[in-house]
Amino acid sequence: MLYAVLSGFILAMFAPWVQRLAGDRSGWILSLLPLSLAVYFASFLPEVSRGEVIIQQWIWLPGMDINLSFLLDGLSLLFALLISFIGTFIIIYAGSYLKGHKDLGRFFVIMLSFMASMLGLVLSDNLISLFVFWELTSITSYMLIGFDHEDESARKSALQGLFVTVGGGLALMAGLIMLGTLGGSYQISELLNSGDALLTSSLSVGMIVLILIGCFTKSAQFPFHFWLPNAMAAPTPVSAYLHSATMVKAGIYLLARLNPALAEHWLWSASLSLFGAITMFVGAYLAYSATDVKKVLAYSTVMALGTLTVLIGIGTQYALIAFASFLLAHSMYKAALFMIAGVIDHEAGTKDLTRLGGLHKAMPVTAIAALIAALSLAGLPPLFGFIAKEALFEAVLSTELYSNLLLILALLSAMLVTAIAAVIAIKPFYGELKTTPKAPHEGPLGMLAGPVVLASLSLLFGLMPFLPDSGILTATVNSISSEPFDFYLALWHGFNLPLLLSVISLLGGIALYHFWSGNRQHIGTLTRQLSRFGPEAGYFKFMDGIVFSADWQTRVLQNGKMGNYMIVMIMTTVILVGYTLLSQYGFRLTLQASDVAFYEWAIALLMVVSVLYAIQTRSRLGAVASMGVLGFTVALIFIHFSAPDLGITQVLVETLTVILLVLVLFKLPGFSRYSTRFEVIRDASVAISMGVLMTLLLLAAIDTQYFETISAFFLEASYPEAKGRNIVNVILVDFRALDTLGEIFVLAIAALGVYSMLKLRAEKNS
Amino acid sequence: MIEDNKKIMKTNTLILHTAALFLLPLQLIFSVFLLLRGHDEPGGGFIAGLVASGAFVLYLFAHGVASTRNILRVEPHDLLAMGLLLGLAAMFPGLLYGEPFLTAQWWEFTLAGSEIKLSTVLIFDIGVYFAVLGTILTIVMSLTEAEE
Repeated sequence: MLYAVLSGFILAMFAPWVQRLAGDRSGWILSLLPLSLAVYFASFLPEVSRGEVIIQQWIWLPGMDINLSFLLDGLSLLFALLISFIGTFIIIYAGSYLKGHKDLGRFFVIMLSFMASMLGLVLSDNLISLFVFWELTSITSYMLIGFDHEDESARKSALQGLFVTVGGGLALMAGLIMLGTLGGSYQISELLNSGDALLTSSLSVGMIVLILIGCFTKSAQFPFHFWLPNAMAAPTPVSAYLHSATMVKAGIYLLARLNPALAEHWLWSASLSLFGAITMFVGAYLAYSATDVKKVLAYSTVMALGTLTVLIGIGTQYALIAFASFLLAHSMYKAALFMIAGVIDHEAGTKDLTRLGGLHKAMPVTAIAALIAALSLAGLPPLFGFIAKEALFEAVLSTELYSNLLLILALLSAMLVTAIAAVIAIKPFYGELKTTPKAPHEGPLGMLAGPVVLASLSLLFGLMPFLPDSGILTATVNSISSEPFDFYLALWHGFNLPLLLSVISLLGGIALYHFWSGNRQHIGTLTRQLSRFGPEAGYFKFMDGIVFSADWQTRVLQNGKMGNYMIVMIMTTVILVGYTLLSQYGFRLTLQASDVAFYEWAIALLMVVSVLYAIQTRSRLGAVASMGVLGFTVALIFIHFSAPDLGITQVLVETLTVILLVLVLFKLPGFSRYSTRFEVIRDASVAISMGVLMTLLLLAAIDTQYFETISAFFLEASYPEAKGRNIVNVILVDFRALDTLGEIFVLAIAALGVYSMLKLRAEKNS
Repeated sequence: MIEDNKKIMKTNTLILHTAALFLLPLQLIFSVFLLLRGHDEPGGGFIAGLVASGAFVLYLFAHGVASTRNILRVEPHDLLAMGLLLGLAAMFPGLLYGEPFLTAQWWEFTLAGSEIKLSTVLIFDIGVYFAVLGTILTIVMSLTEAEE
């Protein structure tokens, strides 16, 4: 499974070449990877549907209980199948939708990495590797949303999505670490059986709140729902993928994954039901009030995410069945509808529902696929969406917590969604033909394949519910519920309360549909009025506040005078470290001058002389050169104490530093004294106090030994374990390779910082 | 003053001009030598990278940025990226052998009578070499170009 996850990242590296070689067919070729992944995961279906759980583990950082371990059960298999199967069509679709786009190669790189991160997320059995993949999806989706980076609104939306999801990610990280600590393991499969320790600790409320913030931001739950519709700035294939099977479902996935361990906690079910229900209703209302097809669909995704959260919160058997069915149904129809919205936009030139009409003659296939997918969205028989909606009503009827509130909100949302479905299926395709910016015609094969296949599956699964049911959904439900049970989905349940509710919501939906065109203005005004108090306004206030305080602290702390920074940094160190040193260790001077050799005195004298010269000279070059002398004498000391590597490095670094200083120095005006007498004395005392502190610190360090030094280990292990006799190098590239890796990245960032600062200045000047 | 600077940025000293031409390949060979022997004797990627950067910087002083770019052929920040990629690449082979990430892997064999030790550690060290070289050249070249 490791290779299945990594294959996406590897192909991503080569995607630009594939794109350059294959041109217009690149979408079809690259889609072979998600397709083969889908087949690979489908091969696990028989085992998993028998209730088996497959765990595979690769060691990563075993010392910290961080491993690349993968868990394949009903839940993760369902997600993995959705990600790879829908991903196949998305890649094909994107190749066609973005045909001729100059950055198509880059698009495939990000898209495939995103898909791979998403697969890693749903398959991870380790909390830390799950979190790493979680953050990878945030970053790659940021790049996907901001793909049209020359468009300011796309950049802003991408940044908003990033801030909200990564901000939540921080909370999630804390939550997951608490979870791992309380449960005694970072392996999810072990945590789920860890019993009451998770629920009875005094920290469990904090842990649950942090995890919920992480999941709610990712899955666009109220009050964080606003980033998701703005993410519509992305190209349509991205929206279709992000909304149907991936990104926003990640939070839902994690909620479902942790449900067996945390369901018993009062806060868990209460907050999931409440926030989910509010999100469900707010999403449905906002979807009804929008006119842009993509916006309508985006808000209906918010509604669907709310519904899924409610269902986990209710947590009864009915609710979990409804959860699994609704998840599957939604992924299929939402991906199809988004792709259809893209076809309309691509072939007719607008996605404003009020300007579209009568397209069914020009685009018959699209119209039929749209109709089927929309019927599934509305939850009408014989589509799979109907089964999911019946299960949803049954679940809401089965709960005790907030049951009336949930029932009312669910019914209202269902009415609104029925109306939206009707709007999407009817407005663009039927009625009088309206003139559109482009002469409409049917989309190409690559763009129709996805919607047609997914819409047909909605129909097939509706007519034959035993296919998804025994294939995967039973296993899914069993992996998120605490006790196993069997169930059968069916289209016809007889005359019962859920059916009555379905009929009511259908009638209400039809009424609302008729209301849709006539009352655009009122609804628009109402929504605008409400949004002034909405969470998005709060987000903007918050961002403005951050900019304001950054501005303020830059003005106060970073006033552009190097001398001031140095004084602040050095004095802070001197005071804090000096205080600790004196209070913990005291003032002790243990100098022994007897065993210092003559030439060591000479080196020390040379150092002092070079420093004194550097201080008083009136020539900059002279100062630089004498600092160089200081550096070389330090190198001499290294060599004298048999550290040739350090010595060589010191010499080379000194040489390069002198060169760099010379380069910079010629920029400066002629030498003159600016400092007043007071400033000279102040600077001197700061420098001297730092010097005194370091001397005392070194003497103390030599004098005291709190721990056994590790050098003995390095000396001993260097050759037998790392096959190297040069200990310094062995430490750098083997024992402490991770540190070195971090350091070369720091080097790279520093270099890029210098590069971009100088380039930006050069561009500004020209 | 500014006129003077330009002279120093690109000296017309014949001796330095000629010497840099011959020193560059010598220093580069020396840096590769330091890089390869680094695991057992003083040397290694960091030091070798510094030597190589010194070589190019000397050439830059003698012949100017444009000419240095010409012999370098690639952008210095591409060298940097390559260094980081090699560093990252050295982390994964361990996983294939079921060992923790970043565990060094060795492939030893004898070629024409001498023992050759290839390893992920060497790949990592080459990565460090390019990262150091790329960093210094990026900074020095940007500074000199800003000057001109």
